[in-house]
Formats: sequence, structure tokens, C-alpha cells
Amino acid sequence: MSPIMSLRGVGKSFGPVNVLRDVDIDLYPGQVLVLVGENGAGKSTLIKMIAGIHEPDTGRILLEGQPIRLSNVRQSEALGIATIHQELNVVGQLSVAENILMGRLPNRHGLVNKAAMRSIARQALDRIGLGLDVDTLVGELGVAQQQLVEIARALNQDARILILDEPTAALTGGEIEVLFTIMRELKRRGVAMVFISHHLEEVARIGDRVAVLRDGDLIDTVPAQTGEDELVRLMVGRSIENHYPRRRDYGGPQETLLRVEGLGRGHVLRDINLTVGRGEVVGLAGLVGAGRTELVRAITGADPYTTGHVLVRDLPLAKGSVAQAIARGVGHVPEDRKNQGLVLDSSVSDNIGYATLYRTARFGLADRAGQRRRATAMADRLNVKMAGVDQPVRDLSGGNQQKCVFARWALADSNVLLLDEPTRGVDVGARVEIYEFINEITADGAGVLMVSSDLPELLGMSDRLYVMNNGAIAGELDPATASQDDIMNLAVRQAAVVEGDQR
Amino acid sequence: MSLTPTAPTARPAARGNPVARFVANNGALVGLVILCVALWIATPHFMTTDNVLNVVVQASTIGLLAFGQTFVIVAAGIDLSVGSVAAFAAMVACWLSANVGWPGPVALVAGLVLGLVVGVVSGVSIAYGKLPAFIGTLAMLSVARGLTLVVSDGRPIGTPDAISFLGSDIGGFPVPIIVFAIGGVVCSFVLTRTVAGRSMYAVGGNLEAARLAGLPVKRILVTVFALSGVYAALAGMLLAGRLNSAQPQAASGYELDAIAAVVIGGASLSGGSGRASGTLVGALILAVIRNGLNILNVSSFWQQVVIGLVIAVAVGIDVLRRKNTHP
Repeated sequence: MSPIMSLRGVGKSFGPVNVLRDVDIDLYPGQVLVLVGENGAGKSTLIKMIAGIHEPDTGRILLEGQPIRLSNVRQSEALGIATIHQELNVVGQLSVAENILMGRLPNRHGLVNKAAMRSIARQALDRIGLGLDVDTLVGELGVAQQQLVEIARALNQDARILILDEPTAALTGGEIEVLFTIMRELKRRGVAMVFISHHLEEVARIGDRVAVLRDGDLIDTVPAQTGEDELVRLMVGRSIENHYPRRRDYGGPQETLLRVEGLGRGHVLRDINLTVGRGEVVGLAGLVGAGRTELVRAITGADPYTTGHVLVRDLPLAKGSVAQAIARGVGHVPEDRKNQGLVLDSSVSDNIGYATLYRTARFGLADRAGQRRRATAMADRLNVKMAGVDQPVRDLSGGNQQKCVFARWALADSNVLLLDEPTRGVDVGARVEIYEFINEITADGAGVLMVSSDLPELLGMSDRLYVMNNGAIAGELDPATASQDDIMNLAVRQAAVVEGDQR
Repeated sequence: MSLTPTAPTARPAARGNPVARFVANNGALVGLVILCVALWIATPHFMTTDNVLNVVVQASTIGLLAFGQTFVIVAAGIDLSVGSVAAFAAMVACWLSANVGWPGPVALVAGLVLGLVVGVVSGVSIAYGKLPAFIGTLAMLSVARGLTLVVSDGRPIGTPDAISFLGSDIGGFPVPIIVFAIGGVVCSFVLTRTVAGRSMYAVGGNLEAARLAGLPVKRILVTVFALSGVYAALAGMLLAGRLNSAQPQAASGYELDAIAAVVIGGASLSGGSGRASGTLVGALILAVIRNGLNILNVSSFWQQVVIGLVIAVAVGIDVLRRKNTHP
């Protein structure tokens, strides 16, 4: 079988930074090439070159043996290359049908032929077995279904090459199954796919071959059956002994740092009671939409609540005051670091220093030298890979960006840390460094409340575990003895009701 | 697999070479220098001391409005009211002096305080009242201009000595340039050294992240509009001083020149970036173009066309540059 697309010796630099060197990759019809590598390894740049967003500085791209130039997205789409980006490209205010046919609405003299639009959209959805009403507004759908609408759109444009950039990052287990079923169907139809994922267990389930990138170099292309440990070794250039290195020197109930009593807000949060003690990592499991993020945001003061209290060291926090929560030692690593955690165009130093900006000021003057020094020390401690603390944080990889958010709270001496999906989109190496950091701060007496959709992570890192379901705490588990099934059991019980609410 | 490195699509990257990097990072300044050199060659009159001072004096009113506007734009806002506020503050100061008999310096300070209060009102309506900045300050543009007409009954009022001084010169050196320079230094100092200034970049760059990091987002938004109001009032005094009277229609439409100066200086209207030095260069570019076209006898009608094109080209170059240096 001959490849549908080949990259030969492609490379790319941004300014002085050489992000990709001399990469050779072949895509075959009906095969899934999994692209793995730490953040910053060059995966995004590589797929952006295939998608026509960046042109390579060196090397050639061949489509069915013919050299082509992809200088914009329209060109690549015209050649049958479609990309499903991490940030979904759907318009929430338009219907499913309009989204699927965006840019090619069937029309006569500029008037949309709605009947044709609906029937074409219907066919596109049928092709991937998605039973959605084509008139539904996309904004009313969940993330998973929005993603599937994007896939339907790509296929409707006769995509022969489909690039999926971390499509599973925002999906729950069941939704991932649906996606994989559709991907297998696409394989049968001969679509070549590039699949990016940080979840190595997904590699063997859906992939045919795996291309491993490290620091801009293609390290190797290996069969998808390659073991996870071997893949990790290829990715990080060393082997990682323990994926969840939680040091459980936690010696049972101690001083309570955070106490949430009867917290509630409408249907979103219902009578939440929980505690986080000194030195503890408390996990918070549940489906997307179960209220985990809402709970964390209510505790930090980012969102209001109608009933109940939040107490830090037995002193109640004022509702809706982020500044007061921070002053009492609460730190919050939000779920979306790009939109909520960081000011991307500001420097690493500024970003690390925001929570301490006012605290360290004298007469309204920022302590610039001091902040730079402290930020440098903290970035070193967390092993943030960067050119310097004056670099815009935008230029760092996801894992290093996340370390900057952690560094901010470490600098603020926060000892009640609320982590919302702290390792989402973070590569293996940086992930372990973040776990080690959690170990360090809890050993120093901090308490951590960690929301995660990654069940092995929750079981591996938590000392205690709450499961949320439909806005309420559905149960508490001991991670030492609980299994993933136990968590899911609590998380999805009565899930039919939840789904019904969403529709 | 064969390796065939060819580079048909490579863009010349400005790496390593410090000159190239300086040019890339200070495009507006390079443009200003080129403009000055071109005018110098075109007409010997341009580079005379008198004319250069004249250009800077011309730039000072727009420049002060633009320094105030820089705070707002860094915080991802926009202030359309600055021209009206300038006229309003100057008019009230002159009215207090002429009709109430307040001493000139006191009236001047009262005018600046009025600018501050007007800015706070805009800021509160935007930060707490949730009005979009465009709408809140558009409303203030109309209200302040209307109040200017009410106070003055549509007629100019003469300036007290304290305000006339701002438009005069000391031993031949124009006072507006001194005020302009002080305004620029203060703007730069606030933006780079104070916690409020650093917070402005955070609020403009990512409001939600700034809020979750505990920054007093609303207070900072009020602060930027308050500063813009004070700068507008000062610009109004300067203008009145140069004309020796507060005119009810003074500084009409200046808000757009001020915004243009900030944007030419490299700030992004989406917030989070901008420097006082850039704004200074932006204001000077506008003044140099006007002056140069005047010297070259280009009609003022065509001047507007040229200035429009300069704004488009300056911002276009900046957008391209950002696209090439960021992945």
C-alpha cells in the first residue's frame, strides 16, 4: 500500500526557536497514526503544517507522491485534509446542520435551501451513526457531541485525511468509546487519521502505528502494540519508574484546613459537605457536568453560592471574594489554564507573581526585582523549561505553563490548593514533576483538593476520594481499596436523569 | 527514507542579528526616523529647530490624550470620551476663574479633578454597571460635550494666567513640551513600576485569569478610566492655554487620533500590550505627517487620506510581525 501523504525532512522554526527538525512521516489510507510526545515536542507544529496553518521552513510534503504546498487552511481542506482542533471550531449560535455545512450551505442565488441543508446534514450524521436533531443549536450540545459534529463536517467535505488533536482530553469514558467506534468506521472507509493523545492506554486501542516526537525530533515510528513503558521511554528519553509517585506518609486525620458545610446553589451544587486536612490529597471524581468545577470555583470565591459556608482553618470565608480566599491561603489551579489560569502574553515572571503582586508592593510600587528573583527561584524549583522568566508564557509548552500556575500559588504560600484537572494536556514527564510537587507541599503541611477525570491519577494520588454526581456528593471512597469501577458506579448512578436534564 | 532538504518556503527569520531584531521590535520608531529623514531630504525647512519644536508642540495635545488612552487600551478598554472631557475640564476651569473668581491655579486643579471624576464615572459604569467600554464612553462623549456647551453657553471663555502659562514658553522653550514629557514619564512609570500598572496588563491580557489570581479587577478598570480622564483634562488645559481661551468645540474628534497614536505605537486593541514609548512615537508620527504634508503644501483633505493609510499600514505590519514570531 502506498502512503496517501508523506512528509520528507520537514522542519520549522519560530524566530530563534527550532521547534521541528527533519521529520519523515507517512500516512496510509485506513490507518491511524498516533502522535505522541511531551508538550513542546513539536506535535502541534507538525499537525499545523499538515493542516496548512504553518508552512514548513525545510523539507517537502507529498500528497499521493506529488509535492504540494499547503499555505493556508482552505488549500488543505480542498485537498481533503480536515483537522479537529483541541479548541473546537463550532459556532454555538448556529444549528447542527448549519455547522456541518458551514461555508458550503446549499443555496440558490444566496438563499439557503433549508430542506437540502437538513437532508445533507442528516446524511453526514448518519455516516457516523450520530442520532442528533439537525436543528438543535450546537451551543446546547455537550463537548463530546460538538466534537462529533465537527467530525461530521470534516467527512462531509470528503476528508481523506483527518487530524484529531487530543480529541479525548475533554471526553468521559463512554464518550471516548463512541469516538473510537466512529474512528474504526472511518478506518474501514479508508480515511487516514492522525491522532494525538496523552493517554498512552489509548494508543494500542485505536492506533496502527505510533510516531514519537521528542524536542522537535522524530525519535521513532513503532507499532501501536508497543508497551506503554517503552513509549514513555522513547518520549522522555529515560524510563519513568512510577507514574503516580504519591508518598502516603499521611498519618490519618489531622488538623482540618478546609471545611465545606452544606454548600448549595440551585441544581448545580446540592448540600455539599467535605473536609480537607493537613497533608492530605483529597480527590474529587465525577462526570463532566457533575458539579466538580462549580464546587471548586464556589470555594475559591470565583462564583457565588446560595447556601452553606466555606471555612478555612475554622474561619468562614466571605462569599465571592477571591482576594480574601487567597489571603487565607487558598490557591486555585483552574481547569482551563489558557483562558483562566494565565495571561498568555505576559511574562513568566509576571504570571508567577500575580497573586503576590499587591502583597509585595511598597507604596503602590511593584517590587520588580524581587518578583523576578522569586519567580526565577520558583520556576527553577518546579523545573520550568524556558528561555528565561521574561519570556511570554504563551511560548511555553502546556506542562510548563501549568507549572507556572503552580509556582504562583507556591510563591503565595498557599496551603489549601484546589486543583481542577491539574494534568489535563500535560505530558508524562511534566505530570510526574507536578505529582512530586504535590507530594512536597503536602509533606510541608498543605492540603489539596484535586478534581480529575483521569481515574488512575485520582486513585494513584488521592488519600481520600469523593465522588460527585448531579451536583451532590454521591459517596466517599478509600483509594487504596477502590477500583475505577467503584468510582464510575457512584458517578453514573442515575446518570440517565442527568442526560435528560442536559437535553 | 530519503532526506531532501529544500527550503522553498523559508521566511527570513530575524534571528541572531541584533539590528534586525531591534527593527522588528520597534517598527514604529524606525518608521518615524525614516519619515523624518525623508522630510529632511524633501525640504530643508523641516529640520529647523523652530519646526521640530513646533511638531512636538503639535503632538503634545494628542500625545497627552494618547498617554491616558494607553492605560485604557492596555486594560482592553477604549475611551471615546477623551476629546469631550478635555474640552469640558478646560471650560469649567476657565469658567470658575472668569465667572466665580477662583484663582487660576485653583481653577486649573479643579479642572483636573473634574477630569478624574468624569473618568471615575465612566469607569464605574463600565466595571460595575457592566456597560461595554465603547458604549459607556460614547455616552460620556456626548454628555461631557453637552455640559461644555451648557457651561459656556456655546461661547469661548478666556483662560486665567495659570492655564495660559501651559501654552506659553519659558525662554523660548515651549511649556507644552515640558508637560508632554512629564505626562509621558508618569505614564511609563505607572505602567511599568506600579502594581496598578502591572495589573492593567493582566486585566487586559486575560480578565478571568486576573480575577482568579486575586487582582482587584474592577478597581483597576476604574483606575484606567480615571487616569484617562485626568490626562484628558490636562490635554484640554494645554489646548486652551495655547489658544488663550477654552473653546466649546475644542478637541472634537481628537479621541480617534489618540486611539490611532496608541495603536500605531504597537498596542493591541484586544488589550494586554502597549507602552508609553510606543504611544509617544505614535503621536509624533501623526504630528510629523501633518507637519510634513503642510510644508509640502498637500491639501488638508489629502492629509486625512494619508493618515488613514498610515494607521492601516502601521497596524498591518504589526499584525504580520506578530503572526510570524508566534507559533
